Amino acid sequence: MSKKALEIKELKREFKMGSETVRALKGITFDVEPGEFVTIMGSSGSGKTTLLNILGCLDKPTIGDYFLDGVDIKKLNRDELAQLRNHKIGFVFQAYNLLARTSALENVELPLLYNKEISVSERRDRAMHALEAVKLENRFDHMPNQLSGGQQQRVAIARALVNEPVMILADEATGNLDSRTSYEIMALMQELNSTQGKTIVFVTHEPDIAAFSSRTIQLRDGIIQKDTKNENPRSAKEMLAALPVTDDYNI
Amino acid sequence: MNFSNLFRIAYRALLRNKLRAFLTMLGIIIGVASVIAMVAIGQGSKQSIHDQLSSMGTNMLTVQPASNLNGGVRIAGTSFQTLTSKDIDALKNHPQYITELSPSVSSKGQAINGALNWPTTMTGVSPEYLDIRKLSVKDGIPFTQNDVLTSAKVCLIGQTVIDNIFPNGENPIGKIIRFGHIPFQIIGVLSPKGFNTFGQDQDDILIAPYTTVQKRILATIYYSNIYASAASEDVTDQAVQEMTDKLRASHRLRDSEDNDFTVRTQQELIATLSSTSGLLTVLLTVVAGISLVIGGIGIMNIMYVSVTERTKEIGLRMSIGARGKDILLQFLMEAILISITGGVIGVLLGFLSTQIVTLTLGWPTIISQSSVVLSFVVCAVTGIFFGYYPAQKASRLDPIEALRYE
Repeated sequence: MSKKALEIKELKREFKMGSETVRALKGITFDVEPGEFVTIMGSSGSGKTTLLNILGCLDKPTIGDYFLDGVDIKKLNRDELAQLRNHKIGFVFQAYNLLARTSALENVELPLLYNKEISVSERRDRAMHALEAVKLENRFDHMPNQLSGGQQQRVAIARALVNEPVMILADEATGNLDSRTSYEIMALMQELNSTQGKTIVFVTHEPDIAAFSSRTIQLRDGIIQKDTKNENPRSAKEMLAALPVTDDYNI
Repeated sequence: MNFSNLFRIAYRALLRNKLRAFLTMLGIIIGVASVIAMVAIGQGSKQSIHDQLSSMGTNMLTVQPASNLNGGVRIAGTSFQTLTSKDIDALKNHPQYITELSPSVSSKGQAINGALNWPTTMTGVSPEYLDIRKLSVKDGIPFTQNDVLTSAKVCLIGQTVIDNIFPNGENPIGKIIRFGHIPFQIIGVLSPKGFNTFGQDQDDILIAPYTTVQKRILATIYYSNIYASAASEDVTDQAVQEMTDKLRASHRLRDSEDNDFTVRTQQELIATLSSTSGLLTVLLTVVAGISLVIGGIGIMNIMYVSVTERTKEIGLRMSIGARGKDILLQFLMEAILISITGGVIGVLLGFLSTQIVTLTLGWPTIISQSSVVLSFVVCAVTGIFFGYYPAQKASRLDPIEALRYE
């Protein structure tokens, strides 16, 4: 049997707030197979953000297990977690989090700077390659402020791809974008998922976005309320084509 | 993470904020430039003070006959006669640290010009004496070795004597005066030296060849003193040793016997000199220290602001795989780059401002290598020292909170 992208078993996360204990996650179990496109949904306070932090190896569970690509993160220290993030996770944030006054190419190169096995020329090649994957190779020398929101998010996706991660972890990645641009991003995500077999975990609170994924996990009050396979995900490309064409914007 | 990546990260981060990086550097730039300029000015004035003090003859040595026991009676050194031409010959034999030598004999008496007379001292010396005592001849010429050989009746005259026996401003050169019964022709006038620290008038003097004074006035073969100059002020002690050894040999003293002479140096002048320059050095070091500390605090301040302002960037870097150590080294590297670049610019500016000071104000300046090296090293250390704290703060941020920071 093939290795799972991630395995979560009876995961709990509690925070101490003064004398009170807040139980943000109350026992969550699920697996993600390689090549799946999972959306995690939930309203605010559902434990979505806590789960995201744990999935992203930024935080550790209080109780329970989390295996990312077969690695038990409970056994890792701060530095080893950083290393793991560098090698196995590609983050895409709501606010893009690109470095200002830094070219698209250099932004994409950033994760590779923290990987000492990668040479200067390889770094450049891989970053260019990742920019090609998001169709921004001719904008490689643009600064973030010279790019539109959608383009900035595509640079961020390229940055998430560049280290060839086990999983792309997107946090409300379309939250700052209008619907057309959101569809573009989702179309890109779907393409990466279907043609390149990238595992994508997409945290969102918009049901609209969840419809593009092959599986939706619904969180509520720190437990999984629903875990549904979506046999017929909507195609973002078709949605995009169906939108009226505007003059002021072209892909 | 390897060094070139680290350097690249820090370098790019600094380029992103060129103006701020420059403003941060400014403290260091001004600090280093002022240190270099100040030390250069300090060294320059130290050198000129040194030159002035040397003009008093800091490397001068004097040999006097010492008091000695003679059949149980202590005899005063000055009346004890031990120094002769044999000693001069011994001292002149392959000198190592001694450059110039002059015997000296002196006689008190009246200088007489017609109806005017003045009590003064005639000192008999060799031509080297003028060099040793840093005396110079203002008008006329000094006497020569030939005058010494012929015991010529020529003399150099001090300003005080001129004032008293040539009160009407006549030119004394070529005039014949009498000292005691002996007529002397004045061939030169000494530049005035004023009073020395003991209140002695150094211009109340006549200088003649020592042979003349010995044979024509005192009828003696002994010298009252021997003057010598050491090769430099720094080898004074060696010169003293050399003279002592040679004179002991010349006087055939046994090991058990005490010296029958004393070699004196200008310790007091040397002490003055070193205390003056010591004080300058301390002052400049303090100023240098203060300005670099201020520069360093500037760096720390900006690095703190920078860490706070770039919290989100730090969070991002951590989320994509930067370890705490990587963040620490990045910020430390930025601080060091700032301080070293500031140091380089500061050194250049220091050179430039030193040149400007010399050209416009005409102050003597000497740029010392050690001040350049020192301020540069202090810069780098300052960068590390003051950069470490903010960098450590950055490295300890929690990536989750840092990412959410607005």
